[in-house]
This record gives sequence, structure tokens and C-alpha cells, in this order.
Amino acid sequence: MIRFENVHKRYPSGRDALSGVSFEMQAGEMAFLTGPSGAGKSTLLKLIALIERPTRGTVLVHNQNTSRVRRRQIPYFRRRIGIVFQDHKLLNDRTIFDNVALPLVISALRRRDIERRVRAALDQVGLLGREMNSPLTLSAGEQQRVGIARAVASRPDIVIADEPTGNLDPALSLEIMQLFERFNDVGVTMLIATHDLELLDRLDHRRLRIDGGKIAKAATDV
Amino acid sequence: MFRRTSHYFSLHAQNFLGAFGRLLRQPVGSAMTIIVIAIALALPAGLRVLLNNFETLSGSWAGAIDFSVYLTMEVEESRARELAVALERRDDVLQVVFVPRDAALEEFQSYSGFGAALDALDENPLPHALVVRPAGDSREQIEALAADLIELTETELVQVDTAWVERMRSMLLLVARIVDLATVLLALAVVLVIGNTIRLEINNRRTEIEVVKLVGGSDAFIRRPFLYMGLCYGLSGGLLAMLTIVASLFTLTGPVRSLAGLYGSSFELRGLTPEQALLLLGAGAVLGWAGAGVATARHLRAIEPT
Ligand SMILES: Nc1ncnc2c1ncn2[C@@H]1O[C@H](COP(=O)(O)OP(=O)(O)O)[C@@H](O)[C@H]1O
Ligand SMILES: [Mg+2]
Repeated sequence: MIRFENVHKRYPSGRDALSGVSFEMQAGEMAFLTGPSGAGKSTLLKLIALIERPTRGTVLVHNQNTSRVRRRQIPYFRRRIGIVFQDHKLLNDRTIFDNVALPLVISALRRRDIERRVRAALDQVGLLGREMNSPLTLSAGEQQRVGIARAVASRPDIVIADEPTGNLDPALSLEIMQLFERFNDVGVTMLIATHDLELLDRLDHRRLRIDGGKIAKAATDV
Repeated sequence: MFRRTSHYFSLHAQNFLGAFGRLLRQPVGSAMTIIVIAIALALPAGLRVLLNNFETLSGSWAGAIDFSVYLTMEVEESRARELAVALERRDDVLQVVFVPRDAALEEFQSYSGFGAALDALDENPLPHALVVRPAGDSREQIEALAADLIELTETELVQVDTAWVERMRSMLLLVARIVDLATVLLALAVVLVIGNTIRLEINNRRTEIEVVKLVGGSDAFIRRPFLYMGLCYGLSGGLLAMLTIVASLFTLTGPVRSLAGLYGSSFELRGLTPEQALLLLGAGAVLGWAGAGVATARHLRAIEPT
């Protein structure tokens, strides 16, 4: 589902964020991307979503070589990937409903289908009944759940999350991770970047440890 | 097929209403932009309406032309007087004044400065003449009359003093060119004003654009609300321009009528025709869309999520 082959990423500043990363994730797999701050976790996820391009090496997503995806095709490529951000990136001048509906509106679904899917997504994250409120009326944990509902509303088969629990206390963080596990249970491939190792000890999934721009061997098979 | 199309149209209707909603959310800023657009549209349109009125007016002034018909030397005074009466009976002739050759000579001597030279001549070189004032207004009628006058066997020469009408015509033509130029420049100004407004709007909604790109919004999807916003600005500006012109003409109607009355004319100021009004709205819409098109083409591409 996701495959990196000797991927290098050097930013225009000259900084090498990734230097020779190779790994593979099967469809329906769930993995944590760990490593200290500045290790290159965000960079790796950005390469999957085509927010950045590799300097060298190959990134395959959905068995498609991302270097073959032209600029104009990127929107359609991204519609098959759900992205969850640490700061959830909700639009505060719109209702919760409209935030979750955004990817569906973009795909030009019918109003009826959009309503059905938004309700389903909000139900899954436990926020049904709050659709017409602003995201600002929600707690940090609830806002992140809206972000997750938006990421899964269009039913992507890959979801990537960059430090989704970075701003949350341990109890809320565990809830969020368990939510991800439920999506993984129905077959969604999940890759979640986090540096919260204590939290990971309570969850049993594959870990990709990245450090200094490389995948650390020892952790790969855990 | 029909469902698909109606779905497509409802998406556009949503965008259109959404754009209007956004304009209403910042009423002061939007109003200022719309007023600037309205002025830029009303100026050339209003000038054009005035120009049309002047053209009508100059057409009716053509009726004030007199023909000087110089008869051949052989024509006797009695025959000339008969001819004057006969011509005056025509429908397209208002009045004929007979100018005997002696009177003409006297007048010529006193006004031309050739008095002494003419005294030296034995004989009066001037023929009898008729001054014919046409009744018709239109150019065709007047030209037809002139042709008839030239055809008369008694006629030596027909002189028409159309120089000032021609001068007036070419002046109006020049003014028309200037209005054309102003129209082009002000249309450009509308595109720039709307383009700049949309550029600011794009900057204000930078985060939103980034998020939409992250969840897979295509360029067309991202452009659409901005294009509709430009359309709304242009349409509103066109509407306000139209109202401005109608109101201005309304305040001018009374004074123009009384002025025309003083000159014995029944001239009436003509307002915007429905076609002109529609054209104004259409121009606003097209220029708004174009301005937004330029702004989005230039600025949306640069916004990429990081
Ligand atoms: N846009 C960028 N321009 C230049 N350097 C960057 C950019 N983004 C990240 N980096 C650098 O690349 C390295 C990896 O960053 P990142 O992928 O954000 O790590 P992590 O998410 O693991 O903290 C860091 O040293 C960071 O400073
Ligand atoms: Mg990071």
C-alpha cells in the first residue's frame, strides 16, 4: 500500500531530512512512526501526501509511483488519503458539519449522500448532534475528533496522522489511538507519527523508528 | 443526465449565493469596491447616453440649413418670383425668400470690402437668388430637396451652408472616439479593481485554501468561489451604475425640457434603453469574472500547503 525505496529528502535550505529510507506497509496494516523531534517523521508523511517530493528514491502509494503524479493530478491523488494534523486544521468560520463535509463537497457528492456520510463519520468519533456548532465550541480532544471525522468521511483506504495527540492529555490521547484502531479494524491502512512512547507501550502495533533521517533497524520488526 | 445537470447547476447556485453572502459579511468594504466599480462603469455609459442625445439633436439641427439658390442670368425677376411661390408650396419647403440681384449687390458692396471694385463694373454681375429653408428634419429629405433644386432649369448654382453642421458632426465623432477610449481604460480599471479585491480576499483565506488543497480540492474547485465573488462585484457595480445613470437622467429631464422649450424645440432627453441597461449589467459581470480570473490565475497557484 505504501512503499519507500531508498528515499532521500533534502530541503532547499540544504538540510537533509531523510537520507535513505526504505520500508513497506501492507494494505490494512497499522504502524507508528516514532523518533525524536526533528527526526524526519513529518517529512516522511508529507512525501506520502505529495506535500513534498523526494530528492532521490521512490515513493509508491496505492502501487503508484508518486513521481509520476503531475501537479494537476495531486488533488485526485489526495482524495484517496485521509490526513490528520496535530493542529487539526479545522475552519473555524464554518460549522462542524461543513468541516467534515469538505472532502465530500470537493468530490461533488449529492447533498443527500454528503449528509449521510457526515453523520456516519461524526457518529464514529462520538460527536453526532453537534454538527451545527462551530469547532470553537469544542474541547481540544473533540476538535481533533472532528479532524479525524473529516479525514475518514470520504472513506480513504489510507489515513496518515502527524502527532495527532501532541496537544492532548494521556487519557484523551489513548481514546484517539483507540479510535484509529477501530478504523484500522475495518481495513484502513494507518500510519501515525508520534513521539509519545509511553502511549505506544499500551498499544500493540508495528513501529517504524526513524532517527537522523534513517529507519533504525532494531525497531522495524517490533 | 438531467439529475446530473441539475446537480451541477445547484453547485453553481450555491457558489453564487455563497459569494453574495461573503460580500454582505463585510458590507462597508464591499460597498466601497462596488461604488468604485459603479463609477467606472457609469462614466462611459453615461457619456454614451449623452452622446446619443447630442447626435439626435444635431440631426434635427440639420433642418436649420438654408439653401441659397442662384438663378441663371437670363431669369427675369417675374419668373424668379413665380418660382419662389411655386417652391414654397412644396411640403418639404418651409419658406422661400426672394433676393433680387440689386439688393444682393448692395449688400455685397457694403459687407465685402470690394465696394470700389464693384463700382468700376458697368453691370451688376449678380443673379437673382432664392433662399430656401427646408421643412424636413432628416438628412435624406434635405438631400432630396437639394437634388430637386439643382435640377431646375433656372438654377445656376445651389449653395448649402453645411460647414458648421459638418464641423459639429466631426466634433461629435471625435468625442465619440474619446468616449471609446475612456470606455476601454475604465473597463481595464474595473478589471484591476476587482482583481485587487480578489487578491486581498485570497490572502485573507490563505489557510482555508491550504486546507482545501490538503483534502483534495482541485484548482477549479478553489477558483470557483473567487470567480463568483468577482461576478458578484461586477454585477452589483453594473446595477449601481445603471441606477446612477437613470437617476441622473431623471434629474436632467426637467431642465432640458424647459431649455428646449425656450428654443421652441420639443427635444426630449432619451434614457437608457433596456438593451443598454442589459449591456451595462453584462459588461459588469464579464469584467468582474475577468478580474477574478486574472487574480486567481496569478495568486492561487502560489499557495501550497507545507
Ligand atoms: N520546510 C522545511 N525547510 C527546511 N528544513 C525543514 C523543513 N521542514 C523540516 N525541515 C527540517 O528537516 C528535519 C526533519 O523535520 P521533520 O520532518 O519536521 O521532523 P519531525 O517531524 O520528526 O520532528 C528537521 O531538521 C527540520 O528542521
Ligand atoms: Mg513533525
